[in-house]
Amino acid sequence: MVAHTLFDKIWARHTVHEDADGATLLYIDRHLIHEVTSPQAFEGLKRAGRRPRRPGTVLAMPDHNVPTTDRRALDGTDPLSRLQIHTLERNCAEWAMPMFAMEDRRQGIVHVAGPEQGFTLPGMTLVCGDSHTSTHGAFGALAFGIGTSEVEHVLATQCLIQKRPRTMEVRVDGRLSPHCSAKDLVLAIIGRMGTAGGTGHVIEYTGEAIRALSMEGRMTLCNMTIEGGARAGMIAPDAAAFAYIKGRPLAPSDALWPRAVRHWETLRTDPGAAYDRRLEIAADDISPQITWGTSPGMVTGVEGTVPDPRAVPELDAREAAARALDYMALRPGTPMVDIKIDRVFIGSCTNARIEDLRLAASYLRGRTVAAGVRAMVVPGSGLVKRQAEEEGLDEIFRAAGVEWREAGCSMCLAMNADVLQPGERCASTSNRNFEGRQGKGGRTHLVSPAMAAAAAVAGHFVDIRHWA
Amino acid sequence: MDPFTTHTGRLAPLDRVNVDTDQIIPKTYLKTVHRTGLKAGLFADWRTRPDGTPDPEFFMNQPRFDGATILLTRDNFGCGSSREHAPWALADYGIRAILAPSFADIFYNNCLQNSLLPVVLPGRDIQHLFDEVRADDPARPLHVTIDLAAQTLSTTRQAAFRFDIDPFHKHCLLEGLDTISLTLRHESEIAAYEDRARRDTPWLFQDLHS
Repeated sequence: MVAHTLFDKIWARHTVHEDADGATLLYIDRHLIHEVTSPQAFEGLKRAGRRPRRPGTVLAMPDHNVPTTDRRALDGTDPLSRLQIHTLERNCAEWAMPMFAMEDRRQGIVHVAGPEQGFTLPGMTLVCGDSHTSTHGAFGALAFGIGTSEVEHVLATQCLIQKRPRTMEVRVDGRLSPHCSAKDLVLAIIGRMGTAGGTGHVIEYTGEAIRALSMEGRMTLCNMTIEGGARAGMIAPDAAAFAYIKGRPLAPSDALWPRAVRHWETLRTDPGAAYDRRLEIAADDISPQITWGTSPGMVTGVEGTVPDPRAVPELDAREAAARALDYMALRPGTPMVDIKIDRVFIGSCTNARIEDLRLAASYLRGRTVAAGVRAMVVPGSGLVKRQAEEEGLDEIFRAAGVEWREAGCSMCLAMNADVLQPGERCASTSNRNFEGRQGKGGRTHLVSPAMAAAAAVAGHFVDIRHWA
Repeated sequence: MDPFTTHTGRLAPLDRVNVDTDQIIPKTYLKTVHRTGLKAGLFADWRTRPDGTPDPEFFMNQPRFDGATILLTRDNFGCGSSREHAPWALADYGIRAILAPSFADIFYNNCLQNSLLPVVLPGRDIQHLFDEVRADDPARPLHVTIDLAAQTLSTTRQAAFRFDIDPFHKHCLLEGLDTISLTLRHESEIAAYEDRARRDTPWLFQDLHS
């Protein structure tokens, strides 16, 4: 019998047609939609006189643009955001597509609220007009981001024309230190692999340290896989995945549940199956990570210093590092823990799940945010917010002087009112430290929720391994 | 989609690696429900200096690159967000092709959907083209011709470079095909697939309701 990888199995099962030149018509099981990348797709559909093939495979919600202070702020401030959100509502109503409106408690960032509902299941293909769709690979799904033309393609046909990607195994053995989380792991992997190291590949994460991650941690890891250039990341589903899914509103129930689990248990890479590439990482070697530059691969451990671009051998990378330090206003040799911050953002599809909020709260309990630092926590969904409030986390945040907000993408990409001012430096649990990402002239350091919370208290980065 | 067969134009140099789609079009310009008019946002944060004045170093502010239609750049162009607004903005500005040693996957696909040709060339060829642009005589500027059918790129001073492109993508670009129509030709196979999958994995056919 030929041995297959997890990816091979899902790809083969979803192949509708394959051309001699390798173009594959791939069936898409589910589709998440938000307000920024969908209006032109609906418009194209209408212009061509087409209709959605299976509206019941879509789940829509506004997330990129929504205000996180008070939902009513949408009516006052920004007519363009309002138009996008209302356009989404109109399109979903027209085609009877399920939507969580802004006032719905279940609304949130698509990549937090989807899995929370049991929308994401092992073995399925799932797409969204958003690069962080890779998140859903945590459940053993093949999930990837697409552009708006492809959103239209999936709406019209429930398929995409794809070229088969290559496969890559990232094996992580050993154990993460108690002060490190999936965020530190993925930043360390991207640091090793480079921001284009995964281009053209789908990554499967394997090994002891991966098995030990919670589902929230696996989502964080798969979420940032795109920052290493790979289209998708995936993890074979196991008992932890099944336990997370069971009983959620959109999960299979009754007689279908055991049948689904039997199928999902076959979704693992066969012994001896070959990947096109492999990378091995030792979890024990990883310390809490901080980015110093304007690309997620520009990262170092908290014990490190800002690197000297002159020490970078390749010309392109040397120039990029010099440019990044100029933008970030950092001097080579500065210890990472000496970098002072102005803002703290705990949120985004990377790190705004309940586990992330609990972790941040554990560092903020009984402490207060340093003078001059402004910190905010933006839960990933309305349900995460409610759960955090039931656990009293909101009280811990408020008592520490942290703003407690409504769910949304918020300052991860700063399309709403949550924006860094020019020159402000932010410890952020989000996924991108690109120039201007969180606001023109803003300076972003990507960290874990624990590192962000500790930085909020200290006013600068701290090595949480030695922090009382 | 408009076909792409051959194109001759001048080069616009952008000598940076890892240019992400947040730079190609910052988020402020994503708040639209249309595909057109996006050139206003193209490289908006790089065109101007912090004080709001145009950055004279940036290619879009240099008269010698006015009307240039082929973007010359470095590795991993278009990384980051999946926003198709990035190729829409480039096309709206008049860019017809992009030359780089590598592209990010989603951006590459998005270009193909918009008749914007991404050309992957070895780093040494890209370096050669940068050198040519730097040494250029504004009175007799370098012109580049791309022939998609032949998969070649030639300059007014240089023999042809060859490039690779997936045969399916090449066919779609040359013919200007609507890929949704192509998929719909497989309607009976899609329906047969759905019948089979509904039997094998019925939980994927419990459709959600609004």
